[in-house]
Amino acid sequence: MTTAIALIPFWPLLGFLINILFGKRLRSASAYLAIGMLALSFLTSVAVFTRFVGDPASVLVPLFSWMSVGALNVEVNFLVDQLTVVMLLVVTGVGTLIHVYSVGYMHGDERYSRFFAYMNLFAAMMLVLVLADNYVVMFVGWECVGLCSYLLIGFWFERPFGSGTTNDAARKAFIVNRVGDFGFLLGVFLIWTAVGGVSFQQTSSAVESGYVTPGVATIATLLLFIGATGKSAQIPLYVWLPDAMAGPTPVSALIHAATMVTAGVYMVARSHFLFDIAPFSQNVVLWVGALTALFAASMGVQENDIKKILAYSTISQLGYMFMGVGAGAYAAGVFHLMTHAFFKALLFLGAGAVIHALHGEQDITRMGGLRNRMPLVHGTFLIGALALAGFPLTAGFFSKDSVLAGVYAHGDFAVWCIGVLTAGVTAFYTFRLYFLVFSGSSRDEKGRDLHAPASSMTSILLILAILSLVGGYVELPFHILAAFSAFLSPVVGMSSHEGIPELALMTVVFLFVLGGIGVSWAWYGRREQDATALAAEPANPFLRTLRRKWYVDEIYEVLLIRPIRWTSRTVLWRVIDEWIIHGFLVQFCGGYLWKAIGFVVSFSHTGRVGSYAFGIVVGVLVIISLIAR
Amino acid sequence: MIQTMHVLWLSTILFVIGTAGVLIRRNAIVMLMSVELMLNAVNLALIGFARQFRDVTGQVYVIFIMTVAAAEVAIGLALFVAVFRHKRTLDTQKIDLLRW
Repeated sequence: MTTAIALIPFWPLLGFLINILFGKRLRSASAYLAIGMLALSFLTSVAVFTRFVGDPASVLVPLFSWMSVGALNVEVNFLVDQLTVVMLLVVTGVGTLIHVYSVGYMHGDERYSRFFAYMNLFAAMMLVLVLADNYVVMFVGWECVGLCSYLLIGFWFERPFGSGTTNDAARKAFIVNRVGDFGFLLGVFLIWTAVGGVSFQQTSSAVESGYVTPGVATIATLLLFIGATGKSAQIPLYVWLPDAMAGPTPVSALIHAATMVTAGVYMVARSHFLFDIAPFSQNVVLWVGALTALFAASMGVQENDIKKILAYSTISQLGYMFMGVGAGAYAAGVFHLMTHAFFKALLFLGAGAVIHALHGEQDITRMGGLRNRMPLVHGTFLIGALALAGFPLTAGFFSKDSVLAGVYAHGDFAVWCIGVLTAGVTAFYTFRLYFLVFSGSSRDEKGRDLHAPASSMTSILLILAILSLVGGYVELPFHILAAFSAFLSPVVGMSSHEGIPELALMTVVFLFVLGGIGVSWAWYGRREQDATALAAEPANPFLRTLRRKWYVDEIYEVLLIRPIRWTSRTVLWRVIDEWIIHGFLVQFCGGYLWKAIGFVVSFSHTGRVGSYAFGIVVGVLVIISLIAR
Repeated sequence: MIQTMHVLWLSTILFVIGTAGVLIRRNAIVMLMSVELMLNAVNLALIGFARQFRDVTGQVYVIFIMTVAAAEVAIGLALFVAVFRHKRTLDTQKIDLLRW
């Protein structure tokens, strides 16, 4: 068992090494190698899962000691408990499906094997992140998935994107994540200082014994949460995720929807023992999640790029997950993480099939009428859209409901209201996307001849559609079934839903969802749309603000990027580098000053042995006279 | 009876003569001889102390110094031959190629 666990991240790592070294020779076999390696990890994860069904005890797999410097001991160990198992299944399961889909999507790409190498590396590092038993090893995985994200966003680095190339988007993702990672690192330092160790076990027992004060826990959790806002795209560091859509669509599905961006939620759930004694941090997580959910959803309303709409919905759904874990309903947050992985991967891959069919068109104002021409994609996309909107009896409904019930039970009525409002907005923009892509008739001649998706792609859509439908039936409201939270309870405990009007809450949410879909139908689904009218800047100032994404990128440009650029150019470059370092230190001190001193001193070099010997004798006499004193 | 102090006085006198030779004389060979004189002055002091403390280490050290001095003389003389072939002199005042 322990060897099998240790090998879970090893298989995709092996796949990465083979593909990066010999990928060009393997040609199309590189994809099958990558899929096979990840499938092996998936089968191992299933085996580990079956072990946990009967036996709730967690497994610690000691691997090796990484470093031992003074009081700092970092062991590379893998910890497998119920939370890890859920993440393992999501990462390897959804990951394998997306790998299979990529065979068709990436077919004919000139860097085909490199794509699968990076995808395998990502899977390996994500598995390290979820398997880590301490914050330092988790940070290694955390950084490496960031690297893979960078490599894959800029995978088509020569292609234009926005006002630059995809490379700019990749750099933006990397730099914004650096800000968050700095907070994460400081949090780990603080935990180490306070606990004397970095493993989750040590930290939780230090919390239990009262060794960690609530004040320290509050600061540490806030620092960790800064890391989570970077990786999981929350306010204020969410700006990289919409741009991350520059990468190939399977990358968006795997990294920027299903797995990597949920690392922050996983980290908060994993650190629940710290958050539990820091109510202030919990409130911060709760409110940041709620505000991000609403804010991102509002930006999806006027977006016209099919992938960016899904990116904003991802940010918004991540906000829901943080609302769940912030309210102490960790199981609900992780539940939403899992169902979101299913339906958002489905939506992204469906969007990928649409983009593929329309020869790279991503603007929904120029789509339309695909319902009858791509029936299978249409059907599965509809299921994904219903799940995202939280329509009853889909997976998204149960998980979103469970999150909102947890928030209500926690006593945050205001946050609950924001969550309900967001659910309505989500339903609206999801179905705006659906209607503009699939109903009516084609608004562009690109839609005349479709590039039919490969059967490997459509079969993956079917599997994910089934998961989006049935994936929620592990946790049902009204105390019918609580299999998921019962499974996770050894790790994060049970949160009680006693004494809340569940049916009334659910009805309110349902009405908002129906309202959202209804308004969307009335505006976009009922009649034919005109492409130019859709693409035009809306006259309404509020809608125009939404179209411009609340001007956040512009505000960041003025408040942060320009001052930093100005400081770098004027102060650091012109003054410090050119004047002080180059001018004073290099040219004056290193140049003229030492040249002058050297010129004077060089006269002592007579070249005569006698004068040197005299110097030596005088020197020895001086030293002896000093010592003998 | 010869005291250690006598040995040290002899050693000191020889050392000063050697140092003066190195500083005053111009001929490289004479300077090398003076250096040898200084080395042997030190050897004498070492032997004197070895006798006083009844410790053989000082004497062993002397053997080493003599060995190294022999090697040093061989290299030094070889260098002088090479220098003489170039400059036709061994006057150190005239050999000043290493000047700035």
